[in-house]
Amino acid sequence: MSSGQRAEFKNPVVSWIDERLPVFSMMQKEYGVFPTPRNFNYFWNFGAIAMVMLITMIVSGIVLAMHYTPHADHAFSSVERIMRDVNWGWMIRYIHMNGASFFFIAVYIHIFRGIYYGSYKKPRELLWILGVIIYLLMMATAFMGYTLPWSQMGGWAATVISGFFTAIPVVGDMIQTLLLGGFSVDNPTLNRFFSLHYLLPFLIFAVVFLHVWALHVSGSNNPLGIDVKGPQDTLPFHPYYTMKDTFGLGVFLLLYVIVTFFFPNIFAHPDHFVEYNPMVTPPHIVPEWYFLPFYAVLRGLTFGVNPYIGLSLFALIVVMAPVYCGADKKTGLCSIICVVGRKYAVLLLAIAAVAFALGYLSQVEKATGGALISLPLSNLVFVNAKLAGVLAMFGSVILLVFLPWLDTHPVRSARFRPLFKTATLLLAIDFVILGYVGMETADAALFGVIPLLWIGQLGTGYYFAYFLMLLPWLSRNEKAQPLPASINEAVLKA
Amino acid sequence: MMSIKKLALVTCVALSALSPASARAAEGGALPHLSWSFEGVNGTYDRASLQRGFKVYREVCGACHSMDKVYYRDLEALGYDEDQIKAVAAEYTFIDGPNDEGEMYERPGRPSDPFKAPYASREQSMYANNGAYPPDMSLLAKARHGGANYIYGILTGYGHAPEGHEVPEGKYWNTMMPGHIIAMAPPLQDGQVSYDDNASQTVDQYAKDVATFLTWASEPHMEDRKRVGITAFLFLLVFTGVMYTVKKKLWAKIH
Repeated sequence: MSSGQRAEFKNPVVSWIDERLPVFSMMQKEYGVFPTPRNFNYFWNFGAIAMVMLITMIVSGIVLAMHYTPHADHAFSSVERIMRDVNWGWMIRYIHMNGASFFFIAVYIHIFRGIYYGSYKKPRELLWILGVIIYLLMMATAFMGYTLPWSQMGGWAATVISGFFTAIPVVGDMIQTLLLGGFSVDNPTLNRFFSLHYLLPFLIFAVVFLHVWALHVSGSNNPLGIDVKGPQDTLPFHPYYTMKDTFGLGVFLLLYVIVTFFFPNIFAHPDHFVEYNPMVTPPHIVPEWYFLPFYAVLRGLTFGVNPYIGLSLFALIVVMAPVYCGADKKTGLCSIICVVGRKYAVLLLAIAAVAFALGYLSQVEKATGGALISLPLSNLVFVNAKLAGVLAMFGSVILLVFLPWLDTHPVRSARFRPLFKTATLLLAIDFVILGYVGMETADAALFGVIPLLWIGQLGTGYYFAYFLMLLPWLSRNEKAQPLPASINEAVLKA
Repeated sequence: MMSIKKLALVTCVALSALSPASARAAEGGALPHLSWSFEGVNGTYDRASLQRGFKVYREVCGACHSMDKVYYRDLEALGYDEDQIKAVAAEYTFIDGPNDEGEMYERPGRPSDPFKAPYASREQSMYANNGAYPPDMSLLAKARHGGANYIYGILTGYGHAPEGHEVPEGKYWNTMMPGHIIAMAPPLQDGQVSYDDNASQTVDQYAKDVATFLTWASEPHMEDRKRVGITAFLFLLVFTGVMYTVKKKLWAKIH
């Protein structure tokens, strides 16, 4: 890295070090003069903000670990000791507790920015995938951190979430036992969660380093989504973006400070303040807010895959075949499926809808017991509801990895793709609605009439349809608006 | 800052209006909304109320409910001096040891002791209370939806069950309690605890004082927290303002 060209430094000490280890040259190149598109909006602040939050979490976490006792008998008390007796312990703990939420807020905005402006497209696919890995590591870290205070909510959340793995056939129970270090959440669980909760942030840090490295190879995307054509399109990173990022960071930290110091428990459920008791199940187990949309996806799958649902999925695959395969694949089975998919698209969609309705209704339990409608073979469930829910939940996150190949439209920014723009804004709204559904009890109803479950199921449907059907279809069929000739030209016009 | 509070309030109201079938409210009675000294961005604990609340805890609640996260030394925050705290702690007997001869022995409490628990174990407390567990009160105000308002609601929510509702033997009707059936007998009567100041000696006042005391117990550093918060907020406000000016001036050359 930067071992080629070195910058000149007047300071002899700096110069001496730089000749031997060119860290100053590297900083100069990557953060000083680094050519950055001149048209960033404030969405581009959130990478730097997320970085600051990661460091805040690591520093506050290291201090907390000095005072915390990872033992089932002492964990809850040691956290209370931090809150009451450790000098400034309450502040460090509230910074850490709410910092997790604000880290996720920053990262969610950062991810949305990436989707909206097509930042995952060539040549930034690997940069995007590294980002998804960071997000996955964050989820694992946050989940384990949730358990450490050994509260009713944390302990039971660990029970519920580790229970997901039991849905996996054959090896599921083994995986759960390995994860918990026993057959239920107990001291070995706490020990390994603490160990991993301390380890994973450093892994995140390492992947962030790769993420930034990859960013500095391809350069940043920008709100227009067009490539940098020359020096007139860019500005040096410092001072232009260092100052802009610092201002944006200040606004973000103001909100963080308001919550941390004036509403520190706003994200915390009352059962966080009751010590974990494996004999008493809380009435309402909820994960942290940043997992709620995925929790809604999990709970939305109240039905498994029986022959009708299977037929519905098959019909959808055939309809999508021409979109997935493309016109260039004209040989063999694929071409036959493509021809069928193209020719009978409307019919296939109708079949998919009817088969889905039948498959769904034949699995809905009546209040009196038994299915709402009985159909032949409807009891033949290949993938049961529990496994389907777990697959959908993990799938909804893993899908992000494949985004660069699901959306292959040559235009990056939603600004020039009205249909993509609408669909993506709807996805953001959908995500918030799913979060709301995940927060409420499973039997809740909107305005007392519409079961939230249905809304969650519709939301789940849109989420998957967006990635698996809308994006590939739009990639082939959406006609983009004309792009400006260059960033500079667009900036001057504005 | 008031506008932020208002905004938060409006958001809460909007959210609770949207809340499906008001799921949480349906579990118990409507939460009362009293005005408390510790509310708001610069709210503090009313020291006189804290001391009265502590008295009610010692004489009434403490007979069944432990507070094992709170120490006698913490009472300094209520406005007691060292001698008063030593005197309070010394009223309780603790088992300590083993001594040089390997024997356990009894000694009077010290400021460094946690509040003496009424029962030796959770099991003993349940055995003595008809199988119901009197929860530890150190964090009670944070461990219940509604906090101080909920505690006040429980203490003042006793009454006769309406027609058609059966109250099981040894249980009581309480409008605040989720399900309306509570195992705790009405703990407070008017005039039960004598106050040294001229606060009214009513269940209503006892409930307010205990709720204030328990809020302090669950969040003893609240006043420090808000003080530091205001400083941090003002610092960041100025810093962000300066950064805005810097950024604007810098970018003026570009646009």
